[in-house]
Amino acid sequence: MELWYTDEHTRDVRFSMKVVEQIASRKSDVQQIDILDTQAYGRVLVLDGGLMITEKDEFIYHEMITHVPMAVHPRVKNVLVIGGGDGGTVRELVKYRSIESIDLVEVDKHVVLLAKKYLPFTSSKLRDRRVKVWFEEGLRYVRGKKAEYDLIIVDSSDPYGPAEGFFTREFYGTCYKALRDDGILINQHESPFYSAHQKSVRDAHRHIAVEFPLATVYQCHIPSYPSGHWLFGFASKKYHPIGDLDEERWNRLRIRTRYYNTALHRGAFALPNYVLDILKEEELQK
Amino acid sequence: MNPELAEYFGKLCMELDVNSMKPLDNLGHPVSVIRDAQTLAAQAFGADNAFFMVNGTTSAVQTMIWASTSRGEKIILPRNVHRSAINALVVNGAVPVYINPGRDRRLGIPLGMRIADVEKAISEHPDAKAILVNNPTYYGICSDLATIVKLAHEAGMLVLADEAHGTHFTFHEDLPVSAMAAGADMAACSIHKTGGSLTQSSILLSRRPVNPDYVRQIITLTQSTSANYLLLSSLDIARHHLFFKGRAAYQKTIDFSDYAREEINDLGGYYAFGPELVDGDAVFAFDRTKLSVHTRDIGLAGIEVYDHLRDDYGIQIEFGDVGNLLAILSAGDRMMDVERLISALAEIKRLHERSPAGLFDHEYIDPVIDMAPQDAFYAKKRRVPMRESTGLVAGEFVMSYPPGIPIVAPGERITPDILEHILFAKDKGCFMTGTEDMNLDFIQVVA
Repeated sequence: MELWYTDEHTRDVRFSMKVVEQIASRKSDVQQIDILDTQAYGRVLVLDGGLMITEKDEFIYHEMITHVPMAVHPRVKNVLVIGGGDGGTVRELVKYRSIESIDLVEVDKHVVLLAKKYLPFTSSKLRDRRVKVWFEEGLRYVRGKKAEYDLIIVDSSDPYGPAEGFFTREFYGTCYKALRDDGILINQHESPFYSAHQKSVRDAHRHIAVEFPLATVYQCHIPSYPSGHWLFGFASKKYHPIGDLDEERWNRLRIRTRYYNTALHRGAFALPNYVLDILKEEELQK
Repeated sequence: MNPELAEYFGKLCMELDVNSMKPLDNLGHPVSVIRDAQTLAAQAFGADNAFFMVNGTTSAVQTMIWASTSRGEKIILPRNVHRSAINALVVNGAVPVYINPGRDRRLGIPLGMRIADVEKAISEHPDAKAILVNNPTYYGICSDLATIVKLAHEAGMLVLADEAHGTHFTFHEDLPVSAMAAGADMAACSIHKTGGSLTQSSILLSRRPVNPDYVRQIITLTQSTSANYLLLSSLDIARHHLFFKGRAAYQKTIDFSDYAREEINDLGGYYAFGPELVDGDAVFAFDRTKLSVHTRDIGLAGIEVYDHLRDDYGIQIEFGDVGNLLAILSAGDRMMDVERLISALAEIKRLHERSPAGLFDHEYIDPVIDMAPQDAFYAKKRRVPMRESTGLVAGEFVMSYPPGIPIVAPGERITPDILEHILFAKDKGCFMTGTEDMNLDFIQVVA
């Protein structure tokens, strides 16, 4: 018998991988959590039936969501990660000795518990002494913060269900308030390719552009995600993603990465015309 | 069957849209399935009789008034009633004896009736036939209904409860007492507001000695003879849900609302008011499922915050008025939705806070009454510019909708304070209704 896991990319497009074994299955207050071992992608984390990360390509996502802002902002000391209970984003952040504190706010503690047990490749650094994990609703956590962070990373799932609130204007506004005067906000920004996800891209960009003086997106290629073409939002109070990129400083740190490098950093902000059009259309509406 | 309609609504919806067949019973003369469903509803609400209504709680309120008063007879009621109550008086010619509700100075809102005021009204008008009570007001505030019932019954008056916003009281022990439990004679329950039936459906409850057959006759005076079965069946299903699962659903709502109040009050500036208002008299009890927020201290009218919530943050709440807003939470909401509302309020304050100077500070003005509503409505009238109406007697209503409580009603004098209230509410973008002139630039006054 063959066992296959299917991630519904859209109502009409599916992506399936052959399952070796189901590792864990748990229903939390927030969602259904499953961890599978697959032939092609290694261990994968599935929330409410939707694919979150795979062992094989998570490095792309986690490197791009962290090293891009870290190579731009010269003095990141306090970081807030919202979502990201698998620990992959934290794993990249702890590579910077200059970072003093990392607050990870994850609404579902079972994601963290299961990741620690079954996804060591992402969760390995959650015990770093600089990391503090808060099991709380992200929207609520940020609401109480004012000018406390240099960098906020929104490492959320898709905007249906628990993560819906992370694609709203009130959330980006409270993030703006929680950042210092030269702070940067990075967010998982969905894919522009299929119309279902494109709506999320549009909503997120329109809302962020209202709140931040500088708002753009950058892209990368993640094979297991819908269409493979994925965006991150770069919103900033001061620093420009290319103009303030300090290649020399970053390369001196000798951080080992498999996807990110400073040449790719520049290229990631060079966007296809249809994506530029989407951004422009939404900026006109703000 | 209209194919476009069938595709849009779905087949089941169309199959339920039937009428005038013997097995389906008849709402105007129920003898089988409708009677059975109404009996179950009466049991669920602790009443002797229940009547399914298909023309909104408006028709339930009007039936209560028409079943207890006729032309020239008196009815005691608080002035902060829904327009449907005063409309009923315009139609049947009963005469209102208004009790000015208590008022909260800081919030500017009308409260419940004080017992001393009720006693005074009863002793001054021993010939009144009934007393109408809001249980609760739009803001969730209740009068001491059990004591009012005792006073009224001693004086031989019926007690009618407008329970449009209190349908849920029967189904959770931490909520204020329901009209039937307090011994009221009739109650109008908007099942469609907080009970989960379709819009426009409602239930009228009554207890002995009210004669149910007379009530049914009154209902049929104005009720459609083609009552819609979607509405009727939604009432039956809602009754089932309320009875078996209502308590859990309202517990969830109370938890949401208590949490939101605490978080909103932590934001500063806003005041999400709650059970601390209870004073044993004008605020005898507070409905904790209601989330009302006073906004004046951040320099914004409730309606302005309401508009920001909808336009900037995509959050639709119940209403905003001069100094407050009201959000109705339900078990159908998720924690995420509650968090969004709180965060959006935080953001609106951060981005738009200003000095409250110059903001109108009260929602309620004691009326000066010159004529009975029916006399004024049917009097010879003339049209005058709204701005030049001071000192004249209104021949029509003016109100913001929602909440639909008249700022001025037919027969009442338009004082400078009332005119200022109307112009302020209009200027801030409240949805103003009631006048013949759709733009509210003119008002009909008694000639």
